[in-house]
Amino acid sequence: MQQRTLVAVSAGLGQPSSTRMLTDRLAQAAEAELGERGITAEIRTVELRDIAHDVLNTALTGFPAGQAQDVLEAVETADGLIAVSPLFNTTYTGLFKSFVDVLGGDALRGVPVLLGATGGTPRHSLALEYSMRPLFTYLHADVVTTSVFAATDDWAGQGDQVNPLPDRIRRAGAELAAVVAGREPRKRPDEFAEAPSFDQLLSDL
Amino acid sequence: MQFGIFTVSDVTTDPTTGRTPDDTERVRNMLTIAQHADQAGLDVFATGEHHNPPFVASSPTTLLGYLAGTTKNVVLSTSTTLITTNDPVKIAEDYAMLQVISDGRMDLMMGRGNTAPVYPWFGYDIRQGMPLAIEHYALLRRLWEEEVVDWEGKFRTPLQGFTATPRPLDGVPPFVWHGSIRSPEIAEQAAYYGDGFFHNNIFWPMHHTRRMVQYYRQRWEHHGHGPADTAIVGLGGQAFMRKNSQDAWNEFRPYFDNAPVYGHGPTMEDFTAATPLTVGSPQQVIERYAAMREDVGDYQRQLFLIDHAGLPLKTVLEQIDHLAEDVVPALRAEMEPKRPAHVPSDPPSHAERVAAKSAADNAAGA
Repeated sequence: MQQRTLVAVSAGLGQPSSTRMLTDRLAQAAEAELGERGITAEIRTVELRDIAHDVLNTALTGFPAGQAQDVLEAVETADGLIAVSPLFNTTYTGLFKSFVDVLGGDALRGVPVLLGATGGTPRHSLALEYSMRPLFTYLHADVVTTSVFAATDDWAGQGDQVNPLPDRIRRAGAELAAVVAGREPRKRPDEFAEAPSFDQLLSDL
Repeated sequence: MQFGIFTVSDVTTDPTTGRTPDDTERVRNMLTIAQHADQAGLDVFATGEHHNPPFVASSPTTLLGYLAGTTKNVVLSTSTTLITTNDPVKIAEDYAMLQVISDGRMDLMMGRGNTAPVYPWFGYDIRQGMPLAIEHYALLRRLWEEEVVDWEGKFRTPLQGFTATPRPLDGVPPFVWHGSIRSPEIAEQAAYYGDGFFHNNIFWPMHHTRRMVQYYRQRWEHHGHGPADTAIVGLGGQAFMRKNSQDAWNEFRPYFDNAPVYGHGPTMEDFTAATPLTVGSPQQVIERYAAMREDVGDYQRQLFLIDHAGLPLKTVLEQIDHLAEDVVPALRAEMEPKRPAHVPSDPPSHAERVAAKSAADNAAGA
């Protein structure tokens, strides 16, 4: 049986958090679809709240601080990423952006990513498209077409009746799984194995 | 093994008094610190090079030239000399002059510099930092080793029939270190030339330092300079000591909390756990640094940062005394017996390099 690793990042600040709920459901949907394809998904879920101080310390000192190190390494070697943030004042939270900022510049290049967001009302849903997606496009991530926005009402029966949240989650998870399944498992980067010899350094001048 | 201090030359307000030295006072304090290190018996004083406030060390060879005349034994060095933005011709001239004036009691460490605007201020682009370091250093070597140089490269105006003066002392260029925190390319460069490699690990977890040094050692052997464990390695370090550990914590904490670079970030507890910063009694510093060899192998130079973050001069001089009287003798006693006989204790001195050159010349002539 093949195996892939997914990292699911939730930037929810509350506890319990509806952002975490959406994150878990997206991860389960991807896992189920990978399972259909004969692939075992190893899923690591990270609440940025738990490493918030370490993320800022990493930004302030320039080296991975505390538990941030382990999480950054997990993202940098994951076969796919699920990234979910609450929307504050039209966009992802500052903590979410701080985390993205301390990822290595190439950490998400070509990596399948599924985006999700939560907010009070569906009026904010396009923030996923005008704000979150361009961020990941800038990082050269391979963002799947469907992103999932969950408004407060979506967690009850009053949400979208035609295209309800569980359907959207299922579709998004399936899209992520399809891309992840189509790729070779990601190789752990080894900067020392890939470091150029002195002859190469000279000939690169 | 050599133990010394290195300064970044920051002008920082003392957070406990609110007092800020002016540039003149800071430069003179650096001279006093270096002279005190010499008198106390430390082996190395190294200065950084910066071209922006709050740093004052813009002109290292002026500073080190004065110190060459006012100190006796301490090796004068840099941490680092900017190989990217300085003209390699001027580095060749300035450091050959320092070598002659100090009678060979000097070496220098190449670094790229990570202050982005310094590059355009000197006419370069930080995105070309690596090729600049490679090309400039290749030219610098030729200027020291060859009497007459014809040269053409990508970054500097070509040279035809150029001779850098003064010629290196006894025909042997200064020993060079290359400092880099995270670029394997620089470890490779140091290994290629058989130069020293310095990892300034003061802001970095040890497992990273271990990988970089290991890579340098492998490449040193690959390039034919001898077994990996004979490569010349230096490490950064950082300590604050008082006889009583709790006194050291109480006294240093406001400096830590407000320090440039890491102030207002991680707690001192977290930072001392994650990096080589050691705050406590001399015995705690001894224990921490005696263990460094387990990560990087037996090495040749350990430099400590002790004069930053607005610490007053008197305190800095006391730290030098702690280092020289309590820490260094104990570290030597601890580390030297473990060093295999074929692994050098010190980086090569000028006299050793002269002897090596004449042996090589004799062998070539015979």
